[in-house]
Amino acid sequence: MKKLLKKLRHSTLYIGLIMLLLLVIAAIAAPYICSYDPISQDLYATLKAPGTSEHILGTDQLGRDMLSRLLYAARTDLAVMVLAEIVPFISGIFIGMLSGYFGGRTEWIISLVTDTFIAFPYYLLVIVVAFMTGAGIHGIFITFMIVGWLVYARVAKPLTASMKNSEWVQAAKLMGYSDFRIIVREIFPNVLPQAVVVLMTDMAALLVAIVTLGYLGIGITAPTPDWGSMISEGQTLIGTAPYLSLLPGLMVVYTGISLSLIGDGLADRWR
Amino acid sequence: MTDKIKEKNHKAESDKSTASNRSAFNKSYRAWFIRALFRSLTVIVLVMIAVFFIIRLVPGDPAVMVLGEHADEAAVEALRQKLHLDMPAGQQFIVFIINILTSFDTGISIKYGVSCRSLVLQYAPVTLSLILLSMLITVVLTVILAFGAAMHRDGILDHMIRIIPAFTEGMPVFWVGLLLILFFAVKLGWFPVGGVGSGGTAFWKSLVLPAVTIAFGQIPPLIRSLREQLIEVLDADFVVTLKAARIPKRQIFIRHVLRNSFVPTLMLMSVNLSYLIGGTLIVEKVFAVRGMGKLLFDAISNRDFPLVQAVALYCAIFVVIISLVTDMIAHRADPRMLE
Repeated sequence: MKKLLKKLRHSTLYIGLIMLLLLVIAAIAAPYICSYDPISQDLYATLKAPGTSEHILGTDQLGRDMLSRLLYAARTDLAVMVLAEIVPFISGIFIGMLSGYFGGRTEWIISLVTDTFIAFPYYLLVIVVAFMTGAGIHGIFITFMIVGWLVYARVAKPLTASMKNSEWVQAAKLMGYSDFRIIVREIFPNVLPQAVVVLMTDMAALLVAIVTLGYLGIGITAPTPDWGSMISEGQTLIGTAPYLSLLPGLMVVYTGISLSLIGDGLADRWR
Repeated sequence: MTDKIKEKNHKAESDKSTASNRSAFNKSYRAWFIRALFRSLTVIVLVMIAVFFIIRLVPGDPAVMVLGEHADEAAVEALRQKLHLDMPAGQQFIVFIINILTSFDTGISIKYGVSCRSLVLQYAPVTLSLILLSMLITVVLTVILAFGAAMHRDGILDHMIRIIPAFTEGMPVFWVGLLLILFFAVKLGWFPVGGVGSGGTAFWKSLVLPAVTIAFGQIPPLIRSLREQLIEVLDADFVVTLKAARIPKRQIFIRHVLRNSFVPTLMLMSVNLSYLIGGTLIVEKVFAVRGMGKLLFDAISNRDFPLVQAVALYCAIFVVIISLVTDMIAHRADPRMLE
């Protein structure tokens, strides 16, 4: 038992990568795997339990095939997850590096902004932005551009502050390099690995947020399949057809596990 | 007998060393506290400014929301004037701030027609009880499990605790809540499926599943943090010395190990708690609890500006107090943080 657990811990990176790869392949190949349309209803075949008909994972209350809904939802949810992470990742690292490198007034202002964001009810912001842009994918992108950078800034700031007085940065300064060049060429490559580790856990968190918005009815809108709205539609039938809300949740958990295994694996490797 | 004498000597010594540092500590502590207080007020003001203007960016007119889509234009205009919505936003903000400063009045809800404060007071107790119960569960389980893992390093519990976060990090809170409903309410019938019971026992009983749901998301990172700190302190020279001096184990744990290792975990918990204030919305929706989250969500959907501002203000004050108290405890426990 102990040995097995230890072994599992050391191969986390590969297990995570394989899990994620399988999901991505299934999502990309969804049109070839699924023999049913994810949106078309079949009112003669509603609420078929998994394995009882030609629908492998059953059908929902409108007779839509669960397997194809789950895989098509993976296409949307995963694509939004990756795309919405790009801007916060880059801007957060740079804000954090500026704050850590210059210190003083820059740091004071940036940390005041950070504190304000923390004191701000997080979901108030998310909901307001969702109402502002109308439910849908733009709302998600804009919301995470506004709040997503915080995590990366928090990682980059102390790392940069600790490198600022290191010999190689001092050497670069003596060579007459500009602050901008030092930040981009000397500090950034050293901050990047830590930031990538955080990226993995933050993507899992972002996926949960996307799904949560869908659950609240202000995320990805119907008829586009989304794991969150699927769970919310299935909740009313939890007593009679629990698979309706369990299966989409399992997909989210599966993705989350694969991402955090990759993150853990990378952290071990780069330590 | 010898143990007792040693304990006494030990205590006297530590008292003497702190006494000489005490006045210096108090001085820098006071300076820090004034700065922290000023900063907290700044944060509250910034939150209020942000909420006030952001909520006005949302398309939709509160007067139309109250009177309906097909209301008479003159009636809408009259209501707009009554609510001061015809003034420029800057002027509205000044009125709002003056009312808060002079009488701590956050105005009257557009939708419900009663004062926002009474609405907050009506909805807050459920949410606060929920947070309190979940914090209780979180603290007890975190301390027990982290101690177990740190004491038996590389044991089964230790390995489990390091693997479990990988599973819980990606679990949506509302889905965990649904699982709990499915097993403990639908299958076993131990707890109600949703809603809040009235009266002592029924009230707390209906909050158990929501509180466990919240705690579930909080515990794994806290255990990880406390375990790391505990291991670091347990390996420190001074603990080895204390053990060699035959100080009772329980005393080493509580007075020395725990005191020196809980601060980072406490800080992490305070940040999590801040997120929770708005984040109970989801758990409230899953379990059909009428709390602050629901009040806020409905206020935004109704464009009930005064109510949104009031909820945000009370939440911000609560968050700022939590982080201030946490910082105070942290500085008392570890005066090195003042430097």
